Amino acid sequence: MRQTNRAGKLAFSAVLALLASASAVAQKSTADGIAEYREMLQDGNPAELFEMKGEELWKQRRGPKNASLEQCDLGKGPGVVKGAFVELPRYFADTAKVQDLESRLLTCMEKQQGLDAKKIAATPFGKDEQKNMEGLVAWIASQSKGMAFNLPQTHVQEKQAYEMGKRLFFMRGGPHDFACASCHGADGKRIRLQDLPNLTKNPGASEGFGAWPAYRVSSGELWSMQRRLNDCYRQQRFPYPGYASDVTVALGVYMGVNGKDGKATAPSIKR
Amino acid sequence: MSKANWLPIAGIASSLIVLGCASVDSSANLDALTQQAVASSFRDQGIAKVDRLQQDESNAACSAADVAGVPLDAKRSAAIEAANLKTVQWPKDGKLVGDWREGEKIAQNGRGMTWTDKAGSANGGNCYNCHQISKEEISFGTLGPSLYNYGKIRGITDPGSAESKAIVEYTWGKVWNAKAYNACSGMPRFGHAGILTEAQVRDVVALLVDPKSPVNR
Repeated sequence: MRQTNRAGKLAFSAVLALLASASAVAQKSTADGIAEYREMLQDGNPAELFEMKGEELWKQRRGPKNASLEQCDLGKGPGVVKGAFVELPRYFADTAKVQDLESRLLTCMEKQQGLDAKKIAATPFGKDEQKNMEGLVAWIASQSKGMAFNLPQTHVQEKQAYEMGKRLFFMRGGPHDFACASCHGADGKRIRLQDLPNLTKNPGASEGFGAWPAYRVSSGELWSMQRRLNDCYRQQRFPYPGYASDVTVALGVYMGVNGKDGKATAPSIKR
Repeated sequence: MSKANWLPIAGIASSLIVLGCASVDSSANLDALTQQAVASSFRDQGIAKVDRLQQDESNAACSAADVAGVPLDAKRSAAIEAANLKTVQWPKDGKLVGDWREGEKIAQNGRGMTWTDKAGSANGGNCYNCHQISKEEISFGTLGPSLYNYGKIRGITDPGSAESKAIVEYTWGKVWNAKAYNACSGMPRFGHAGILTEAQVRDVVALLVDPKSPVNR
């Protein structure tokens, strides 16, 4: 009786092992297929069209003040675009705030061009002035492509923003009790077949944070970091985070600092 | 549980006191600054209202532990698990196992409760986002453990039998409120939070324990 049991158990575990290895093979080929698909997409990223539009917008005189953004200070001095993306978000003395690329662009659009920053922040993604924002972030990010993230952490507000971002990243809430960390807090995890970068450290933090803005093939749009965070919160079943709000900027600081020394690949391409 | 609720508003009030007397970078001050940012950054959208940001004691304790990088001690975990176990609602008719076919549909469905979902529409369980379940579905996540052969591995041959009672009850309790068995579980509390109805929980339990379900074949 005992022997029969043992034989049964052995056969059972052999079957389990077989099934596990069959499943591993299926997973591998699926993952390979996705990798190939991504490889194909890399050839001719439509984000380039957004970059071209963004460069034009940067130089174009617009708004009630009929001015360009060429004197906009993204943190490296007025008009310096190269290298700015890999040092954002950072503290700005004129606004006395830590700002990410998008909240800083709102400041420049308001102060230099006389556009209404509040109205732009309230505009739905992909509409009106937010379409211009897509181009601007694509171009500005592209000017730091391949450069290493090096967010400043010298000002007290920059340090505070990191600590706030960390608390927000681990904040469990909503009907599902999710936090950002539920999906992005460990290595080698995935949702369905989608790989999830671990945003608490490198390489995940720079690969994840450093890939946005990105062209989304599924929607045919260019998604900014703010839009990416907005959709993460939607899927967490949280309420709606304000565009360029303190929460989203602090999360940017947390991810960007965690990604230090990793290389920016934005604007990248996503399925 | 409701007594343990904390509000972002309370965080702001305490921050004013903290700012007056403590160092700028104290942990309490950073907590308060974070709550101010939360209160000023989020707004209602569709069915997703800002009251969803109120944490109960379980979420507050586990979030703080995650930030500190130090897991909760055994005593605190046990207290949280006991409080959550008390919230588990058992089926009025005692029927714990429903239709696995319906359970599979619920496991596949990832919809519900976002600000783009409509009030009153049936929610999915999102199970495949995190778990391997049937071997036919290869698009599954790995945030949770594999549930393939869940009932078989646990020796369930007849879910209605006396020998299976304890494990079938545990399965119901786990789907209803995962924190009853693991204080800081990453799994949603499907029954407790009103994500799934009693009938839906019954069908999901069937998917896991029914020997005829693809999970156990």
